[in-house]
Amino acid sequence: MRVPLSWLAEWADLPAGTSPDALHAALVRVGFEEEAVHGGEISGPVVVGEVLELTPEPQKNGKTIRWCSVRVAPEGLRAADGGEAVRGIVCGAGNFVVGDKVVVTLPGTVLPGPFPIAARKTYGHVSDGMIASARELGLSDETAPASVGGILRLTEIGLDPEVGTDAIALLGLDDAAVEINVTPDRGYALSIRGVAREYAASTGAAFRDPALAVSPPSTDDGAVRVHVDDATPIRGRAGSTVFVTRVVRGIDPAAPTPGWLAGRLRLAGVRSISLAVDITNYVMLELGQPLHGYDLAALTGDTLGVRRAKPGEPLTTLDGRQRVLDAEDLVITDGSGPIGLAGVMGGATTEISATTTDVVIEAANFDPVSIGRTARRHKLPSEASRRFERGVDPAVARAAAQRAVDLLVELAGGVADPGQTWFDAAEPPASVLLAPEAVLHRTGAAISEAETVAALEAIGATVAVGDDGYLVLPPTWRRDLREAVDVVEEVVRIVGYDRIPSVLPVAPPGRGLTRSQRLRRSIGTALAVGGAFEVQSYPLVSAEQQAAFAPGASMRVANPLDASAPLLRRSLLPGLLDAVRRNRARGLTDLALFEAGLVFLPVEGVAYGTAELPPIGARPAPALLTRIQEDLPPQPSHVAVVLSGDRTPKGPGQAAVPVDWQDAVEAAMRIGAAVGVEVRFRQEVEPVGFHPTRSAEVMAGGDVETVVGVVGELLPGSVEDVPGRVAAVEIDVDALIRVAPAEIGFTPISTMPAATQDVSLVVAEVIPAGEVLEAFVTGAGPLLEAIDLVDDYRGAGLPEGAKSLTFALRFRAPDRTLTAAEATAAKEAGVAVTTARLGAHLRE
Amino acid sequence: MPDALLTEETVSAAVDAAIAAIDAAGDTAALKSARIAHTGEASALARLNATIRDLPPADKPLAGKLVGQARGRVNAAIAARESVLAQVERAALLQAERVDLTAAPLRYRAGARHPLTLVRETVEDVFIAMGWEIAEGPELEHEWFNFDALNIDPDHPARSPQDTLFVEPIGAHLVMRTQTSPVQVRSLIERGAPLYVLGPGRVYRTDEIDATHLPVFNQFEGIAIDRGLTMAHLRGTLEHLARRMFGDAARIRLRPNFFPFTEPSAEMDVWHPSAKGGARWIEWGGCGMVHPNVLRAAGLDPQEFQGFAFGLGIERTLQFAEGLSDMRDMIEGDVRFAAQWGLVTR
Repeated sequence: MRVPLSWLAEWADLPAGTSPDALHAALVRVGFEEEAVHGGEISGPVVVGEVLELTPEPQKNGKTIRWCSVRVAPEGLRAADGGEAVRGIVCGAGNFVVGDKVVVTLPGTVLPGPFPIAARKTYGHVSDGMIASARELGLSDETAPASVGGILRLTEIGLDPEVGTDAIALLGLDDAAVEINVTPDRGYALSIRGVAREYAASTGAAFRDPALAVSPPSTDDGAVRVHVDDATPIRGRAGSTVFVTRVVRGIDPAAPTPGWLAGRLRLAGVRSISLAVDITNYVMLELGQPLHGYDLAALTGDTLGVRRAKPGEPLTTLDGRQRVLDAEDLVITDGSGPIGLAGVMGGATTEISATTTDVVIEAANFDPVSIGRTARRHKLPSEASRRFERGVDPAVARAAAQRAVDLLVELAGGVADPGQTWFDAAEPPASVLLAPEAVLHRTGAAISEAETVAALEAIGATVAVGDDGYLVLPPTWRRDLREAVDVVEEVVRIVGYDRIPSVLPVAPPGRGLTRSQRLRRSIGTALAVGGAFEVQSYPLVSAEQQAAFAPGASMRVANPLDASAPLLRRSLLPGLLDAVRRNRARGLTDLALFEAGLVFLPVEGVAYGTAELPPIGARPAPALLTRIQEDLPPQPSHVAVVLSGDRTPKGPGQAAVPVDWQDAVEAAMRIGAAVGVEVRFRQEVEPVGFHPTRSAEVMAGGDVETVVGVVGELLPGSVEDVPGRVAAVEIDVDALIRVAPAEIGFTPISTMPAATQDVSLVVAEVIPAGEVLEAFVTGAGPLLEAIDLVDDYRGAGLPEGAKSLTFALRFRAPDRTLTAAEATAAKEAGVAVTTARLGAHLRE
Repeated sequence: MPDALLTEETVSAAVDAAIAAIDAAGDTAALKSARIAHTGEASALARLNATIRDLPPADKPLAGKLVGQARGRVNAAIAARESVLAQVERAALLQAERVDLTAAPLRYRAGARHPLTLVRETVEDVFIAMGWEIAEGPELEHEWFNFDALNIDPDHPARSPQDTLFVEPIGAHLVMRTQTSPVQVRSLIERGAPLYVLGPGRVYRTDEIDATHLPVFNQFEGIAIDRGLTMAHLRGTLEHLARRMFGDAARIRLRPNFFPFTEPSAEMDVWHPSAKGGARWIEWGGCGMVHPNVLRAAGLDPQEFQGFAFGLGIERTLQFAEGLSDMRDMIEGDVRFAAQWGLVTR
């Protein structure tokens, strides 16, 4: 909402010289965020000029300037700066012709910037002032769209003033407007009336209600009748509760909009169109009541109807677009059918035109929900719909109609019908009881009874103080005040939030982070210490990205920002690879990146969500609540690492070592170690997108071994723009933590001497070393303290298709010095199991 | 050569010659030669010793003692010289092993946690220290938790596809959560009151990416529900957090605002004493007293319990705490970004 200062000052006592900033500060205090200041920065001799002559002069630099002769004062008079009445001015723009009325900033003018104007020599002439563009004058483009970037031609904004007229006053350039953000609960503040009241409440200044400055009749005897018919209200809410019509006959359709009115509209961000339309907009801005004007001569019959549209019914709105209506749309009709989308936009057939002399003014109140849905359905947000959506004061309709009638009579020379049509089914506001200590108990602020009453009266409420507290009757424009807490906010808002003290609450003792939260932090730290960099990538992916690593059922966003990436990721790898590419494009090639985040793993064929959507303000029935809580696709927490480039860079005496599968294995073990799990690798299934013989499933868990992830090299050459091998691991952290041992299972440390031996076992090449090791451990029994694979030999001396695995062994007993014979016996027992399970034999 | 007579003089001369040779030995090889020359079978002392056997028995003990002492002196000199030479040679060897430690090849590269994670953990720890707990919820959320339970009217504009990502099939009422506030109601339903919970997490909007907007970003939701909590406790809690994040001189300003799920509602500004370009107020987030309808949605009696809630952007907090100009750096994954924080929480 843009609020011209001069307009506000009519209805609230704004101290002389109040700056836009001071006004902003007063409004911020009561909850209106400041957005901007418009206008008010021009001073000096700015006048209306007429272009008498115009000579294009091409320049060496390729530009063409126009050397103009401009009349800036009537014949026989001096110009506003005391100079000649006709001036020579150089102008760079080309969008005007001889005879145009333009705005001339004479020497001495200061434009916003500040940018002082002086006579100066340019392109071989003395330019004695400047022909101004809309932008140079600080006018927004929407007030003069045809002049964007060019000279402001006054005829284009409907003005034809005398030469020499003070353009500052004409265009209201000396006035400024503050722009404030009005929250959706305060529709009443989308008006000068509402903002003036708030300003008064904030500062204590006097306020005069503009709705009380007019005297509408109380009759229902107008010439244009109304018939409201709403058999199918939306959510049980009547489509229209108030409908007032007035008729003004014999207006002069050519009467110009006075400068003061056009200036205020412009500052408020509304384009001047024609006097009658400008008046309806002016009243809407002043009182917050959207008005619609009809050409009486274009109406069929003498009754306006309000009803729901028939599905598919056509209507051409006054923007010239043909619309197909929905059964929920509320329409205004006459004898011919729909003539407007109620509260949103009028129709083309009955709009006020350049020949209209008899005008029907409609001031109605429409249901916010209905209007909001229609505006969104037809993508037609308008000044009217914006107000109706947020709620318009149902009691202001007659005053607004009267104000429009008065202005049409005064400015357009019309004659008002004495009658008025007045349909009114608006419900009066209900009183709210505010307990005596309610404000203190909710806000901690101690506010006296007098302050409480004053605050509530300032917002327009009627207050009766009794033994059980304050009985508050909210004003008609505050339908948001329904419960005591709503009234509490009003009191503390008006007295000021700075009255709320600061007290640190004492919570009951907490349990700290959960185990899962602690372990997830541990994973992040372990990976970062291990050299990986954490990234947060975009969780929506394309179908191709999804299929690359995690094909399967996917949740799809109906309205994604990027239509090519509508799927919720099933894997973190696509996002990490994007980050790899981005780093590579910036010249960073040795990369270890990781991400921890949720993935979305719907199960094929399972329907998620509920068809039901329970209402606000109540706990749903238990069975439905359980479904709402739980019928969501699994969203486990994953962690993934991607490595590319060199693991070890080239250095003095050190060759570069490129990344390969071993780095992924190391990262997997690091992730496991961070949560106390020794992960294992199983090469039975080939993970999608991975190198078929250099990848594995990551296994974890004691009694029941579970697949918790995938690890290895990605399929060589499969990652676009990334040469060399790319290694990756992705692990389901939730699954990993589920199998992580909750207890250590401590074994006492033996201080007895150890016996160390090696064993070399010959097995078929295809047998994984991990299985040999596992078999050996099983056979060797508890005396085997440690076992490490130290060599994997293939070649001379071995049978075809065989390999020799050498393990270093450390045996130790808990209670005695182990003899060599005992250690050897344990080793032989280990060998025996490898022989039995896997056909291994000792290497000769 | 005829053997010299074994006298004190000849023995002393042999010892002097031996010691001179030992002391002159410059390395272990020379010392070995000196040892062989002066203690070996052909040495003067050996030859003098050999003459003892020809002496009269009465003279033998004295002569033996004389030669024995001489040998002792020579051997001691050898040992002393050996020790000196060993030290010199070890020192030379260590010198020869000199390396340039600043020229070590790079084997360790430190990684980094994302600063958003570090900020999140810092804030979590502030609340853990006050006895609060950390709650999490799904990012793909039921529409009821994201809107209705929070007293957001079914026709509220925020529920349109212009602001909210809806998940197919449309009739199933699934959305990407637009705020962490659903965690409020989930926590209230699962844990009941009293409740002091912080819910950090990712949220989704339809915002186009620019320097101050991301379509997917991180928030904290804080909610405290108990008997007797007021907006003063809200201010106190936020002020405590502000001081941890922005320094001891930070403070909180509340401005009236509107949120469907709080009443009264406030916009909170934080006074950032060390902001880039000078101390100033910064819009930090929204907050207020939890609306009775939110408590009702969780099945709690608003007459018995009340409390406050607040929502903060983690990106925004990081941006202002560290003076970052462009949020896009936070999501591009450029390693030079996170590297500046490394492993260190502020």
